[in-house]
Amino acid sequence: MTIEVRVPVLPESVEDAIIVTWHKKAGDAVRRDENLLDLETDKVVLEVPAPADGVLRSILVEAGQTVMSGDVLALIEQALAPAASSSATPAPAEAEVRQASVPDSSKFAAAAPASGVATTAKLSPAVRRVVAEEHIDPGSIEGSGRGGRLTKGDVLAYARKGGSRLEERVKMTRLRKRIAERMKEAQNTAAILTSFNEVDLNAVMDLRTRFKEEFLKHHGVKLGLMSFFVKACCEALRKHPVVNACIDGDEIVYHNFQDVGIAVSTDRGLMVPIIRNAEGLSLAEIEKTIEQFAVKAREGNISLEDLQGGTFTITNGGVFGSLVSTPLLNPPQSAILGMHAIKERPVVVAGEIVARPMMYLALSYDHRIVDGRDAVQFLVSVKESLEDPARFLLGL
Amino acid sequence: MTEQNMSGTFDVIIIGGGPGGYVAAIRAAQLGLKTACIDMFTGKDGKPAPGGTCLNVGCIPSKALLDSSKHFHHVGHEFADHGISVKNLTVDIPKMIARKDGIVKKLTGGVTQLFKGNRVEFFHGKGHLLAGKRVEFTPADGTPAISLQAGSVILASGSVPIAIPNVTFDGEFIVDNAGALDFTSVPRRLGVIGAGVIGLELGSVWSRLGAEVVLLEALEGFLPTADITISQHAAREFAKQGLKFHFGTLVKGANVVKKEVLVTLEDKEGESQLTFDKLLVAVGRKPYIDGLLSLDSGVRLTDRGQIEVDGQSRTSAPGVWAIGDCVRGPMLAHKASEEGIAVAELIAGKPAHICFDNVPWVIYTEPEIAWVGKTEQELKKAGVKYRSGSFPFAANGRALASGSSAGLVKMLADAETDEILGVHIVGASASELIAECVVAMEFHGSSEDLARIVHAHPTLSEAVHEAALHVDGRAIHRGN
Repeated sequence: MTIEVRVPVLPESVEDAIIVTWHKKAGDAVRRDENLLDLETDKVVLEVPAPADGVLRSILVEAGQTVMSGDVLALIEQALAPAASSSATPAPAEAEVRQASVPDSSKFAAAAPASGVATTAKLSPAVRRVVAEEHIDPGSIEGSGRGGRLTKGDVLAYARKGGSRLEERVKMTRLRKRIAERMKEAQNTAAILTSFNEVDLNAVMDLRTRFKEEFLKHHGVKLGLMSFFVKACCEALRKHPVVNACIDGDEIVYHNFQDVGIAVSTDRGLMVPIIRNAEGLSLAEIEKTIEQFAVKAREGNISLEDLQGGTFTITNGGVFGSLVSTPLLNPPQSAILGMHAIKERPVVVAGEIVARPMMYLALSYDHRIVDGRDAVQFLVSVKESLEDPARFLLGL
Repeated sequence: MTEQNMSGTFDVIIIGGGPGGYVAAIRAAQLGLKTACIDMFTGKDGKPAPGGTCLNVGCIPSKALLDSSKHFHHVGHEFADHGISVKNLTVDIPKMIARKDGIVKKLTGGVTQLFKGNRVEFFHGKGHLLAGKRVEFTPADGTPAISLQAGSVILASGSVPIAIPNVTFDGEFIVDNAGALDFTSVPRRLGVIGAGVIGLELGSVWSRLGAEVVLLEALEGFLPTADITISQHAAREFAKQGLKFHFGTLVKGANVVKKEVLVTLEDKEGESQLTFDKLLVAVGRKPYIDGLLSLDSGVRLTDRGQIEVDGQSRTSAPGVWAIGDCVRGPMLAHKASEEGIAVAELIAGKPAHICFDNVPWVIYTEPEIAWVGKTEQELKKAGVKYRSGSFPFAANGRALASGSSAGLVKMLADAETDEILGVHIVGASASELIAECVVAMEFHGSSEDLARIVHAHPTLSEAVHEAALHVDGRAIHRGN
């Protein structure tokens, strides 16, 4: 059977369209929903997908020509379809084009009522409502009702499966709004640049394995990875105070303390509780502080005080599997360290290729006050501390 | 018999001319099959009265008396509210019964006419199925039996009332449904054994006409097959009307002494006796197969005495089908008719299917009770997640205007798909209101489908609409 490919119904304010490109030529095999041509109106470029599987028999209007709504563009010789689907969905080809040719939601809304008349005429009231609300093409659903009719359950199941074109509007929480503001503020103000390095965590892992039980017994808290990073950063911040500084008007504010924020993901959104004077804390004290924050976050009672201030931030995308990323500054701070997933990778150690637990490190920094040298050396310092934790002892 | 049928050979012979048999006969004839229908019912005028229990001593005459008695009751008890007073109200029972008989005669005569119109050959008498789809017909007029040959046979012999031990029907004091339709005067005290459909309907008739009616029910609960909300509501309404119920009560025996029926009962408090002027036994019905089957007919029975059939109503004998009360499934006229149509179509080689899921149930009391689909207790037991909506007729304008505000509509829908799983109505015209729910369910409709359909105002059907809205917590005329 031959199907006409027509110009979709154009929005009211648009009178005609120009055929920009034909993506198929006569004789080509086409699949349903495959884009046949691009139409350009003075508002938007529309795609016109094939209404059915088959062969493009002839193109009736060539590229460059002006066409109106409903004009026949081409003829498709339809491939033999299963009888069930063709009888269950006697929707005209034109309607199919309209449904499928909607690139954005505003355009879709304009086209939907027109196509609705053709395709929803035989639907029950509830099915009509669901189809309209969810922007579903009823022709693409198999009906389980009497005589193959669609039931509300059929369309709801289809919508759940992802056939829905529905968008949902949910009010942003205050936290999310604040995050959004601060993220954009960071990008608007700072000159953000990211530097990368990688670290071999073999030594840290060894240490953790060796002292796992003893540490827990002695300090009542698990020896985690984070305390090593906090400690390594404190050491690097001491060496490169500008990374711990921030801009205030015409002045640079150097902090003689290191308040390190740890970014944690909670049900309510991203939160960054601050470890105060991290420079003076032992590994055990850092672990304890982090654990307290974790409990508070879980119970939803992290206080504003816990979140205020901070001179530097560590974020760990590795817990979600991130291999490498460029973290965004937490203003007015000038730098943020991004931790990532630990992967066993082949590395060369003393001329031998060995498998080592490797992690990429990223330092995003505000290039207005932090120079590349400081940033790079900061990362190298973090790397060296972690690869040989004995340096902590020696204050190197 | 006419000349052309002297051969006595038919495509289809149907034994039984009730709502299963006569409908099957007409459908078979419509499909071009040479059809015969045998029925033994004889009317009060001695003429053939096809139509079975339904038309002769069931559905129709009971409705005639229910309506007559309702009028009497309304004049006596409800007209005053409307500002209408009537003095010296009397009832002429023989005339009421005669009117009922007239309606029965009109309808059974109508079946005879339909047979003629559809060229169904009617045989008045008894049918007896022999081997090889042969049927021995014994005419009611006493002429000798003849043998008929069928391509297919449909057994539609119906059912008869169940008797209970030590309670013998005498047709005067201890009666079945047929007897209770023909009392010549209002009994002062009417005992009814069985608080089921028949007991409730006929109990209501005589109660409205002035009898003191006591229903004796062996089960502990009232209408256990109905939805719990509906049965509880109905029980309260019936009690208000003066019907007395004794649940968990077994009848040990009944004796007629000096024109009174002495009934011996046993409940958890022990044995006791009650005295009535009439006793109606309405404990249920059983398939009627007396003299229907020869030993070599090949038709098997179930251990419950029903004719054994498969999902498409085929018996164990090839070419022999059975429908209606004599087989499994609910003993309802409309179920028998649907089976009759399906079997006629199957015999004619057409596809047909029989599905009992959406068979509506109706009890014609006041208020009426009607339901279709699953009850809430059934859904709970099956672990189905559902949502429930309801609407009381007390909040329905039409119901209030007509003075019939008792009852409610309750709708149950699947929690996920919203498909309607059951609708339960107690209230005026429930029997008519249930129809739209059956249609919706047969199309796998959702509660939202009914909620989005325009219902005329002011009508009782708005209560169905509101119950559907209430499933989604958006009823307009009640809290949600």
